[in-house]
Amino acid sequence: MTKRNPDYDFKWCPGCGDFGVVRAVELALVDRVTRLGEPIENTVIVAGIGCSGNLVHLQEGPQPFGIHGIHGRTLPIAYGVKAARPELNVLVAAGDGDFLSIGAEHIGHAAKRNMDVTCVVMDNGIYGLTKGQASPTSAFEAVTPTTPMGKLDDALNPLELFVAVGVGFVASMLSTRPKDLAEVIGEAMEFPGFAVVHVQSPCTTYNDTYAALKGNPKEGIEPAAYPLPEDHDPTSKAQAMTHAVSGRIPVGLLYRKPDSAPMHRRLAEAKERAGKTAPADVEALLSSLEI
Amino acid sequence: MSADLVVRFAGEGGQGVVTAAEGLAQAAARVGYHVQTFSTFPSQIKGGPTWAQTRVSTGPVLAAGDELDVLVVLNRYAYDHNLEELRDGGVVVYNSGDFEVDGDARCIGMDVDTLARETGNPLAANMVMIGAVAALADMPQEYFTDFIRERFTRGRANDEAIIEANIKALRLGMEAVQATGQSVSGLEPPPEVEGTRVLIRGYEATCLGAIAGGLEVFIGYPISPATTMLTFMESYLSGPGSYVGQSSSEIESITALIGAGFGGKRAMTSTAGPGLSLMSEGLGLAWMAEIPLVVVNVQRGGPSTGLPTKTEQSDLLASLNPGHGDLRIPIIAPGNVEECFYAASHAINWAERYQGPVILLSEASLAERQQDVPRLALSSIHPERRTTANGESASDGDGPPRRYRGEQVTPFPVPGGPGAYVANGSEHDEYGDTTHLPKWHLQMTHRRFGKVALLEQDATYEAETTEAGVAVMPWGGSKGPARAAYLALRERGDLAWYYTMFLNPMPAALLEELRAKDLVLVPELNYLGQLSGLLREQGVRAESITQYSGLPFKERFLAERIRERLEARIGELARA
Repeated sequence: MTKRNPDYDFKWCPGCGDFGVVRAVELALVDRVTRLGEPIENTVIVAGIGCSGNLVHLQEGPQPFGIHGIHGRTLPIAYGVKAARPELNVLVAAGDGDFLSIGAEHIGHAAKRNMDVTCVVMDNGIYGLTKGQASPTSAFEAVTPTTPMGKLDDALNPLELFVAVGVGFVASMLSTRPKDLAEVIGEAMEFPGFAVVHVQSPCTTYNDTYAALKGNPKEGIEPAAYPLPEDHDPTSKAQAMTHAVSGRIPVGLLYRKPDSAPMHRRLAEAKERAGKTAPADVEALLSSLEI
Repeated sequence: MSADLVVRFAGEGGQGVVTAAEGLAQAAARVGYHVQTFSTFPSQIKGGPTWAQTRVSTGPVLAAGDELDVLVVLNRYAYDHNLEELRDGGVVVYNSGDFEVDGDARCIGMDVDTLARETGNPLAANMVMIGAVAALADMPQEYFTDFIRERFTRGRANDEAIIEANIKALRLGMEAVQATGQSVSGLEPPPEVEGTRVLIRGYEATCLGAIAGGLEVFIGYPISPATTMLTFMESYLSGPGSYVGQSSSEIESITALIGAGFGGKRAMTSTAGPGLSLMSEGLGLAWMAEIPLVVVNVQRGGPSTGLPTKTEQSDLLASLNPGHGDLRIPIIAPGNVEECFYAASHAINWAERYQGPVILLSEASLAERQQDVPRLALSSIHPERRTTANGESASDGDGPPRRYRGEQVTPFPVPGGPGAYVANGSEHDEYGDTTHLPKWHLQMTHRRFGKVALLEQDATYEAETTEAGVAVMPWGGSKGPARAAYLALRERGDLAWYYTMFLNPMPAALLEELRAKDLVLVPELNYLGQLSGLLREQGVRAESITQYSGLPFKERFLAERIRERLEARIGELARA
C-alpha cells in the first residue's frame, strides 16, 4: 500500500522484473472486479518471503486481503484459507527460492489436492534479498557467493516439475509483458483447480537475464524465450512436457487440464455421498456413550 | 469385601489385552461401578510387550491403581515383568497354553486360546480372561452376559452365534477359576448410580468439547498419541462450512490453520512432540500476525522420536515458547477426562478472545484413558467468537484500515468483509505493513503480550487446606494420582492442595497464594521439573517431584514422597 502508507519504504531495485508482475496482478484483479462484479475483499494474496513477497504490500488501487507469512509456506497457508473459505479467490505470490527450494515439498500435495489457488511464481534464478546466493533455478556452474566453484547442482526445471507433478494449469510468462501476464493470471484465477503462472522476472542486481531472454540477433544470441507455437494444444500433457524440456523458455499457456475437479467440489460431493451435510450432533454422540 | 479392584491384562500387541481391559471396564460401568483404564504399549501394531489395566471401584476413580489384585498374563515375559506389582493376596491367571509356572500358589493356569476355540470363536479369548477375573472377584455372571448381549447385537446375521460364543467363553473362564477355589477379596456391590453417566476416553471428550465449542476446521497429521483426535474429527466434525483434512506434515497443519484462522474460522489441530517442534515457526507467525487457532499437544516421551506411545509431561517449556523470539503461548492443561471436554472449548474461546494461538496440553495416558464421568453438559459450554471488523471500526476516518491499532485487541477483519490488511509475520505497523522502526516493535510487542491478560479473567483454580504452609500442586494428567495422594495425607491438616488447568496465564490470585507458601511441591512427569522452574521464576518456593519412566505416577508412591518432603520441610522450618 505504498500510496496509502507513506511510512512503508520497501523498494525493489530499478528495473526489477517484479515491477511488471505487481502491475499485472493489479490489472488482473481490477479486471476480475469489473468483469465478475466480485468485491476486491474476496481476494487474498498469500505472499512468500524474499524480494517478490513484498508484492503484497505494494499493490496499488483497490486493496485485497493479504498474508505475508514465513518462508516457504505460501501453499499450506493458501490451503488453509481455501479449506476454510472456498468462496474466496486465493492468489499466491512467491519467488523461486521460497516456492521451489524451501517450499518445494508443498507443490505436489497442492496439485494432488487440486486446491483452487493461483500461484504467481517470480523466478529470477537467484536469492536476491539475501544478496545473490544460488537458487534452485540458477544455472549449472553459475558462480555465486555460495557456489564460488560454480554451482554443482543441476538447475531445476520448474515447468517440467509442475507438469510432471500434476499441476492442472501451467503457464510460462515474462515480467516484461504485464498485459499478457495479467490476462493469463486472470485465466488462471478462473481455472477450477491448482494453477501456476511461472514468470521470468529478472534481477538487475544479481542475475540480469533480460538480454538472454530477449536474445540479440546482432551478436548472434538466440533468445532463450520463445512463444508457444499457435498449434500448441494446452490440453495435451505430452506437448506441454515437450516444451517444458525444450532447453529454452516457452512463453504462453503450457498446460490446462480439461477435467479439473477442485478440492472444495470434491469435498462437497463426498459430504453429500456420506450424508455428512448436517452439523455434528454432540448430544447424540454423548448419548451413544451413555452407560 | 473390597471397594476396589485393580486388574492388569498383560501380553503382546494383538492379543486383545486392551480389548479385555476395556470390556471389563464397560461391563462394570454398566452395572454402576466407577472405572478407569490405562494401557501402555510399544510403537508397533503386532507384538511387543503390552499391558492394559482396569480399576473398578465403588467410589470415583482418580488413578488407574498401584497394586494389582489380579494379573492376567499371556506369556512368560508378561509374567516376569509384571509380577512385582501384584499385591499380597493377589492372584495371577496365566496362559498355560503358552508357558507354565511351577511352585507359585498364587497362580492359576488356564489355556485361554484352547478354551476360546471350544466356544467356536477363537476371538473370544478376551472374554475367557474377563470370566476368570469375574470369578476371582466374585462378580455375578449377569453383569457380563447383559453386557455381551448389548455389545454384540449389531444387526448382523451371526449376532446370536457370536453372543453365545462369548457367553460360553465367559463361563469357561469363570469355571476354570472356580475349580481352583482361589479368589481375591470379593468386590462390594456397585453403588446407586446418580444422574446420567458416560464412559468416555480423554481424546473423545476433547473432540466433543471442541465441536460443542464451535470448531469449524480441523487439519492434522498422523502422530502417536494424537492421531485418535484426527480420526475422530474425520468421522464426526461435519456440516456446512466444516473442513477436516489430513495434511502432509505438521508444518502444513499449522500454516493451514493460520490460513483458516485468518479466514475467520475456528481452527484446531492435534499433534505430539515432534510435530510441535515442526510447528514452532508457524506458531510464531500466529502469535505475530494475531491469528486465532488451537494446537492440541498430546505429550509423549521425548526428545526426538523419544517414546511415541508412552506418557510424559515434558513439553511444557516447549509449548510455552515453541518458537524463536519473544513469545509465550497461552496454555490450558486439563487434568482428567471431564476437564478435557471443557478445556477444549475453553481453548477455542481463548484463541478467539485474544486473537492468537492457544495450546491445549494433553498427554498420552490422559488421551487414551477411558473413564466414567457425569454426562458432559453442553449447557456449560459458551462458544465465543472474535469481534470482527465492520465498516466503521475497520477504517480510521478516510484513512486505510488499521488492523493492529494501539495496544489492545482490535476488531478482526475477515476476508470478504471490510478492513483489508496484510497479516504480517514480519514486524509491522498498524496497517500490517513491514517496518523496522523501533517504535513499532515496541508497540507491537506490548500489544502481543498485553492481550494475554484478557484470558486470565476466567482462569479458575482449586484450593484446599489453604492455611497449611506446604502445598502440593500437580498439573495435567498427574492431577489424579496427586489428588489421591493428597486425600491420603489430608487428615494431617498441614498440606494444602492447589490445582489449575490454566498454566498460562495462571490465575493471579493463585500465584499470590503460592508465593505465601513455605514450599510448593509439584508432581510432574519430566526430568527438569518444568512447572516448578516456572513457578520459581515467579517467586514461588516450588520444588518438583519428578518421574520420567514413560508411566504415570502411582498414588501411594507419590503420597510417600510428598509426606517425606513435607516432614523434612517442617523439620527445617522448626530448626530455623
